[in-house]
Amino acid sequence: MSKKYLPLVATIAVFLALFLVGGSMYRNFLSTLVLGNILADNAFIIIAAIGATFVILSGGIDLSIGSMIGFVGVCMAVLDRMGWHPLATAAVMICFGILYGALQGFIIDYCDIQPFIVTLAGLFLLRGLCFMVTLDSVPIRHDFVDLYASAKIPLPGRGVLRSSAIVMLAALALAIFIAHFTRFGNNVYAIGGDKESARLMGVNVRRTTIGIYAIGGFYSALAGVVYALYTSSGYPLAGSTLELSAIAAVVLGGTLLTGGVGMVAGTLFGGMILGLISTLIIFHGSLNSAWIMISSGVLLFAFIVLHRFLVSSFDLRGTS
Amino acid sequence: MTVASTDSRTDRPVPVWLKAIVQSRAVWPVLALVLILIVAGSVSPNFFEIRIVEGRLFGNLIDILYRAVPTALVALGMAVVIGTRGIDLSVGSIIAIVGAVIVWRIKMGDPHITILFSALAAGILCGMWNGFLVSALRIQPIIATLILMVAGRGIGMLINQLYGGTDPSFESALLQWMSTGSIWLIPTRLILAAGIFLALWLLIRRTALGLFIESVGGNAAASNLAGVKAGLIIFVAYVLSGLLSAWAGVIMTADTHTSDPVSVALYIELDAILAVVIGGGSLAGGRIYLGMTVIGALVIQALTTATLISGLPPEYNLIIKALVVLSVLFLQSANARKAIGSLVSRRAS
Repeated sequence: MSKKYLPLVATIAVFLALFLVGGSMYRNFLSTLVLGNILADNAFIIIAAIGATFVILSGGIDLSIGSMIGFVGVCMAVLDRMGWHPLATAAVMICFGILYGALQGFIIDYCDIQPFIVTLAGLFLLRGLCFMVTLDSVPIRHDFVDLYASAKIPLPGRGVLRSSAIVMLAALALAIFIAHFTRFGNNVYAIGGDKESARLMGVNVRRTTIGIYAIGGFYSALAGVVYALYTSSGYPLAGSTLELSAIAAVVLGGTLLTGGVGMVAGTLFGGMILGLISTLIIFHGSLNSAWIMISSGVLLFAFIVLHRFLVSSFDLRGTS
Repeated sequence: MTVASTDSRTDRPVPVWLKAIVQSRAVWPVLALVLILIVAGSVSPNFFEIRIVEGRLFGNLIDILYRAVPTALVALGMAVVIGTRGIDLSVGSIIAIVGAVIVWRIKMGDPHITILFSALAAGILCGMWNGFLVSALRIQPIIATLILMVAGRGIGMLINQLYGGTDPSFESALLQWMSTGSIWLIPTRLILAAGIFLALWLLIRRTALGLFIESVGGNAAASNLAGVKAGLIIFVAYVLSGLLSAWAGVIMTADTHTSDPVSVALYIELDAILAVVIGGGSLAGGRIYLGMTVIGALVIQALTTATLISGLPPEYNLIIKALVVLSVLFLQSANARKAIGSLVSRRAS
């Protein structure tokens, strides 16, 4: 087995271990019902995290994810009130997300400003736009939303695969294809490994950077659509600090923030580990949101140390 | 002004100093601040008025200084951390923890001066944790401090639940004097903040610490070979950031008379990082500009105040902030400065 799969295997092992711990503590935990619910409840985080994986693989970061989810949500809700079909709005919003991401990528590469700062300005800009669109929580009332909520594929056992989970899995398949089976995907890894070397090898860094952030914008807009349909409402504060959950999911999934190392599939399990923690705490009943935050932090810490150990003992990055 | 007077005395050609100004890092943030104040002054006629009410100075300019204090304190710590090529995302959570600790110790009936020191100690402890993760375990700073950022507000909530009771509000003459009181017309927090700035400036610029931090930020491995203990320096930087955030936490908590770990100082880490970057600091490390960082914090606060005064809906605040930040950064970027510089010299020749 190639050593590049080690972090992915470690992530899956942590996920399975947590799942088994849950199963040993509570009856009915080890079921496709719980699994299906985790997939559906965290679909939007995982979708956003998939986009963030590309950005982080290239050595960058995207902080505008949470605001994008909020902005897409309020636009879907307000346009729904004006009589648009949700699918039409979704298409428009996803195009907007791609353009917005591409613009961020262009500014990052042309002005040579750190991605952290550019996407931070992007975060402020989109959140401000949210407040300009509406200050209230707006419901989405359309037959399509009911259809979306009721559509499901039965799994063995009592579980079901809801439409959010289906969209997420399709988005994941697309991302795996882009990352591992196209030239663009190779360029992303090359830039993340060493930007200057990539440039010298003939990678068009500007075009690739724009593409990377456009993909990030695409996935965060898609996450916003899923979130809006899932909650059937738009709220201008929705998705605050969600970019951090997305980044945490990517890191738990075994991708290094320095770029160049990681796999898109790991992000799925990283996001599901986060979902599993909150599910475990909800099953426990007496614990509350304070414990969700603390345990997410502790788990993040444990996993980073584990990852650190893996990287140093198997020399994953070669030099560091 | 000094540049202009040298120019008239020596009769140098105009473009030289103009070019120097255009290419200087300091000019854009200061210009942005002045521009914001001028725009605000033209929109609201008595913007620059300063009155004395109840033995205290009042007015928009004082208000900008007053409200910028917490962000400026946090940003100063952030500037030191960024100087080591790090970043501290946990400052908002440290403020949340400090608030919870203050309420906890007050419910326990400690003397208030002890409470102040416990609050600062909590901040130092948080800073030590971050410093330990970054310097000893060698975790990337953004992830190392993300851990406390995620967990910190939870810890604050937990302290509140365990010790704060159902009502985490409090009264403390000492802490509230530090936050909202005044000495001879001038708000106390401004005087204290000026003292802290001076102390930090002496520590960074009048001891070798600043040089060590900048060398570690420039190249940690090379500084290690040159005999600078990079790990220790980085550790100290995070402790400083924790201490300064704790001070900001004391001010903010005493201001609201309550501990609210969920929403206190939300996004302050982003504002602090922005202040450092507007002040010309690079996230790539190796440089500390303390004075310019304060200017950066003032730009952010002046922008907020000006937006509110101009009668625009507060929703516009974030958008204007984003646009101003982007344009300041654009003008600071090497490409743009080169383009503008060549434009200026071409016109002069």
